[in-house]
Amino acid sequence: MSSGPREQFDNPVIEWVDSRLPIFTLMNKEYGVFPTPKNFNYFWNFGAIAMVLLVTMILTGIVLAMHYVPHPDMAFDSVERIMRDVNYGWLLRYMHANGASFFFIAVYIHIFRGMYYGSYKQPRELLWILGVVILLIMMATAFMGYVLPWGQMSLWGATVITNLFSAIPLVGDSIVTLLWGGFSVSGATLNRFFALHYLLPFVLVAVVFLHVWALHVTGSGNPLGVEAKGKQDTLPFHPYYTMKDSFGIVVFLIIYAAFVFFMPNSLGHPDNYIPANPLVTPAHIVPEWYFLPFYAILRAITFDIGIPFTDITIITAKLGGVLAMFGSIAMLIIFPFLDRHPVRSAVFRPWYRVALLAFVANAFILGVCGGKPAEGFWVPLSQISTLYYFAFFLVVIPFLNKKEPVMKLPPSINDAVLDDNIKANAYFVAGKVK
Amino acid sequence: MSSSEDKKAKDGTKQNSGRRDFLYLTAAAFGAVGAGSVAWPFVHQMNPAADTLALSTTEVDLSPIEEGQAITVMWRGKPVFIRHRTAEEIEKAKADDTADLRDAETDAQRVKEGQEKWLVMVGICTHLGCVPLGQKDADVKGEYDGWFCPCHGSHYDTSGRIRKGPAPKNLLVPEYTFLNDTMIKIG
Repeated sequence: MSSGPREQFDNPVIEWVDSRLPIFTLMNKEYGVFPTPKNFNYFWNFGAIAMVLLVTMILTGIVLAMHYVPHPDMAFDSVERIMRDVNYGWLLRYMHANGASFFFIAVYIHIFRGMYYGSYKQPRELLWILGVVILLIMMATAFMGYVLPWGQMSLWGATVITNLFSAIPLVGDSIVTLLWGGFSVSGATLNRFFALHYLLPFVLVAVVFLHVWALHVTGSGNPLGVEAKGKQDTLPFHPYYTMKDSFGIVVFLIIYAAFVFFMPNSLGHPDNYIPANPLVTPAHIVPEWYFLPFYAILRAITFDIGIPFTDITIITAKLGGVLAMFGSIAMLIIFPFLDRHPVRSAVFRPWYRVALLAFVANAFILGVCGGKPAEGFWVPLSQISTLYYFAFFLVVIPFLNKKEPVMKLPPSINDAVLDDNIKANAYFVAGKVK
Repeated sequence: MSSSEDKKAKDGTKQNSGRRDFLYLTAAAFGAVGAGSVAWPFVHQMNPAADTLALSTTEVDLSPIEEGQAITVMWRGKPVFIRHRTAEEIEKAKADDTADLRDAETDAQRVKEGQEKWLVMVGICTHLGCVPLGQKDADVKGEYDGWFCPCHGSHYDTSGRIRKGPAPKNLLVPEYTFLNDTMIKIG
C-alpha cells in the first residue's frame, strides 16, 4: 500500500492501473516475491485452507439466504424446501453445514500448529491474539447459524447458551431478555440471529485481513522456530508456497467433499430434523461437535465456590461454569504473555512438547465428556480435564519457563535444512535459564 | 518567529490551558451524551416489543384438573406448570421446609393461602432454561418426587424447590391471582 518506488509492468493496461493504484505491485510484494521460510511442513497449509473455507461459507451462505425465511413458522419448512425443491439446494446446504465443521477442523489444526511451533511468541503476539478474536467471532457465527434451521436442537441450544448470560449478577436477566427480544427464545430471537449471522462473516473477513497484515509485518514462523536471517533461508511465496498450499487445499477438499456427498449428516444431530417445540426439551441437549470441549468445561463446575467453613457463596455453580468457559478462551489470549521460555519451537522443547500433546489429548477427552450426559463417571472426568486445561496455562507453562533446559538451536534455517543431523546435534545447555 | 515571540506563544498556551481543558471536557461530555442518546434506540429496539408485552397475561380454568394431575399452559412463550397436588405431596413439601435448601423458601410462600393444592410455576429450569420432566405420570421425577431437568441433572421437590444439581434457584412462581375458586389469571 506504499507509494514508494515501483517497478514498471510490461503490459500497458496493468501498468496504466498500477501507476494510478499500485494494486498489482502490492499483490506481487505480498503474494509473489514475499520471502517465506523454506522449511515449512504441511501444518503451514491450514491458514490457506481456512481462508478457502471462509470464502466457501460466505458464498454458499449468501445463496442459501436467497431461499431461507427467518420466521418461526416458516424457517424449518424453508430449510426443507431448500433441501427438496430448490435446484441444488441440498448441495448448497450440505456444503454450508459441513463447511462449518471443516472450517473448525482447519482452524483447530492451525491453532495447534501455532502452539506447537511457538508461532504465538514475540514478535507475533498480536498476530496470535487476532487469531483468537477470529476464533471467537467464528464461534458466535456458528452458534447463530445452527439456530436458523429452527429444529429442536436449534431452539434448545439457543436457550441454553443465551441463558448463560443470566448467570451475570444483577443485570443477567435483563441482558437475556434483551438478547431474546421476548421472554423466551422466539421469533424475534430467530430474526436477529439471522441478521447477525449474515453480518459477522464480513466482520470475520476484516479481522482475517488484519491477521494476514500482521503476519506480513513479522513474516511467518517455521518448524525450527529460528527466524529467517536472510535470502538463503527463504523462498518466494510464488510459486513455491502457492503450489504447496494448493496441493494441501485439494487434499483437504477431497475429505470435505466425501462428507458433503456421502455422509452429510454424520456431524449433525438427528434431533434438529424435528421442528422446534418450546414445550418439549430433548432428553439430551448437545452442541455441535466443535463446541463440545467448551461445553464440558461449562458443565464441569457443579459446585458453588464460597468462603470455606461459612455458608457464604461468592460464585454460584452456574456463574462458575460460565466464567470457566469464557476463561478457557481468555487463557488462549494471554498465552503469549504466559510463555516466557526463550526457545520457540516444540522441536527443541521436549518438556513443553509432552505437556502440549497432553493438552491436546485432554481437549479430546473434554470433547467426549461434552457429548455425554452430565452424570456418573463423566462428571469427575470432565472436572479433572478442566483442571488440566487451566493448569497447562497457569501452572505447567510458568514451571517450564523456569525449569525447562534451553537447547542449542541450529544457527540458521539454511544450515538445518542442509544438515539432516541437526536435530540429533541439538543438546541441552546445562544449568538453569536466567 | 523570533525567540521572544516563541516564548510569548508558549506562555499564551499555558495561560489558556485551563480554558482549553474546560472546552475539551465539556465538548467530550456533550459528545458522550449525544452518542449515548443516539445509541440507546439501537440497543432498546432489541428489548421485547409492545405486541410481545401485550401478550403477558393468560387465564386458566382449573376445574378439569383432577387431584394428582398436572397441565402445562403457555404464558409469554414459556411453559407454566399447574399441578393439583395430592395431600401426600403437600405434606412432603411442608416437611421439607426445614431441610437444607439451596434457595430457602417454605411451601407456604410458594402457594396461595387456602389454595395449597395448586402449585403454579414457570416450567423452566433455573440453570440454563430447559423444561424439566415430571408433568406426566410416566416422566422421571427425580430424587425428590417433583421434577427433574434432563439437561444437566437438577432435581426439584414437590414444591418445585431446587434440591440437587447445578440450578441455583427454585422454579419461579409467576405472579398470578385466583379470579374465583377454579380460575386463575397468570401475569
